Amino acid sequence: MKIKKSISEKIFDISNVIILLIFSIMVIIPLMQVLAVSLSSNNAIIHARVWLIPSEVTIQNYMHVLNSSKFINSYIITIIVTVFGTFLNLLLTMLTAYPLSKKHLKGRNILFLVLFISMIFQAPLIPLYLLVKTLHLTNTLWALLLPNALSIFNTFLCITFFRSLPEELFEAARVDGLGEFGILFRIALPLSKPIIFTLLLFYAAGHWNNYQQALYYITDVKLQPLQMYLYSLVAQSNSADTGGAIIAESSSNMSSEGIKTATIVIATIPILCIYPFIQKHFVMGAMIGSIKG
Amino acid sequence: MKTVLADASKNKNKRASNKTKHIEFVRYYKKNKALYFMLIPCAIYLLVFKFTPLLGSVIAFKDYNIYEGIMKSPWVGLKWFKDFFGYSGFTKILWNTVIISFYSLIFAFPAPIILASLLNEMKNIYYKRIVQTIIYIPHFLSWSIVFGLSYILFAGQSGLLNQFIKQFGFDPIQFMQSAKLFRPFIISVGMWKGMGWGTIIFLAAMSGVSPVLYEAAEIDGAGRLRKFINITLPAIMPAIATLLLMKMGSILDVGFEQIYIFLNPLNLSTGDIIDTFAYVQGIKSEQYSLATAVGLFKSVVGLVLMLSFNEINKKITGEGLI
Repeated sequence: MKIKKSISEKIFDISNVIILLIFSIMVIIPLMQVLAVSLSSNNAIIHARVWLIPSEVTIQNYMHVLNSSKFINSYIITIIVTVFGTFLNLLLTMLTAYPLSKKHLKGRNILFLVLFISMIFQAPLIPLYLLVKTLHLTNTLWALLLPNALSIFNTFLCITFFRSLPEELFEAARVDGLGEFGILFRIALPLSKPIIFTLLLFYAAGHWNNYQQALYYITDVKLQPLQMYLYSLVAQSNSADTGGAIIAESSSNMSSEGIKTATIVIATIPILCIYPFIQKHFVMGAMIGSIKG
Repeated sequence: MKTVLADASKNKNKRASNKTKHIEFVRYYKKNKALYFMLIPCAIYLLVFKFTPLLGSVIAFKDYNIYEGIMKSPWVGLKWFKDFFGYSGFTKILWNTVIISFYSLIFAFPAPIILASLLNEMKNIYYKRIVQTIIYIPHFLSWSIVFGLSYILFAGQSGLLNQFIKQFGFDPIQFMQSAKLFRPFIISVGMWKGMGWGTIIFLAAMSGVSPVLYEAAEIDGAGRLRKFINITLPAIMPAIATLLLMKMGSILDVGFEQIYIFLNPLNLSTGDIIDTFAYVQGIKSEQYSLATAVGLFKSVVGLVLMLSFNEINKKITGEGLI
């Protein structure tokens, strides 16, 4: 039975399509412009001839960025932090979530309460900063890895997931003499691909994009991760704007627009590369999350 | 005499049952040692990085001198709290924080819900998926990158939008260097970045609804709007309530990275929030005690608000979320 659509419904559908189109365009335009500027010559940029499409195409901006040792250095730092950090995060999260997913664990309620409270009631920045300083972790990569080593929210997600795994499998393994560690790593882990992917994406993206931690704890320029470097690069000429000096803009500062955008593009590429994987697995993760919610 | 004996045996029973509980636990622990071992790293992490700083917040009540250390620094009670309540700039900072958070609640919180609802009504799967994929991208960009993008688009002289405006003969608008425009600007950018993530969450909840419900409603003559109000909306209520609750808890937590990166001398008057103030005073100016007091104030307010919201929720829906 096909129910005819009323006129108001048709209008709604059309406006829906248009609204969603507008939202999509709002996302695409900035990205297109940045890409376009990065591929344009300085001349075109200064004379404002770049409108979403590269003008006087050149790759000199990219060559300049890739030759910058500061950039390469910060890129490597970020890769190191992301790889090690995510590994540490995953390990810690799974180790913590597994016991807490067992309904029979004594003391579970207290532990849950403690976790929940520490998620909600965060200590202020300064004591944390002083702690890191006292432990001599400032200006080391550890400061980027340890203070946020465990995300309690992600742990809850993991707990929910582990609960969905069949207890019979674990029982069978226990009967065969396998200890809890063995069960976790040899049975639960291979079955946990969806949650591992989700956690991996959350944590890795968090590390890759983070500048707050570096801002607080790292002043040594050699240890600046990518986002800090990017921030200092883009904020440089921002002062030209706030100073109101139009003269400064048309001088050498302007040419850095091409370099700035090229830097942005190169910094974003890894994220965009794993993006298709995000699409596939994140929706599953979101489902887990919303069931919990 | 009888009561004494009765009391004695009652106590003996109590002690006996406490002891059995104790034995039970020990037996359980011995059997499940591995599980408790697994929790050790987490326990260490919580102790070091969550619990210790909380203890350290006591410096909010002292005049912390980095050379004397925590124990030897003189106790000043509520001096810092009085100081920053009295500090003329503080009202402004608190106001900024509250206003921005309020805007975020009215505009940024419902946006993903609306967007998810619109997407849910989209019948064409391909269009739906494409739009979903596109609007989700900004969530994975760092604030540094978003700042860069904003600069390219909205810079006073060289931004794309302003060049467009100049073409028509109008004066360029200082989006990023104006105190007046800062709050709308920062909220809009925040929405641009965050809408996609929220939308996915709500869409996931919406897609969990059985289609049978919709079909039944259709047969009963329900129109689009009615179906939405009575089926879709209740399906996402739990998600909305939970997210709203979490938002309440972090009401003064506007987002350090988001704000700090856009701050400059020109928009500081409307943009400086509690967190950025604490950072600048605390780490940069080394006013440790003052900044800690400010941070403590923020956490307490957030906690109170969240508990209040939970109470209100209990009264309305009959059950609390905590």
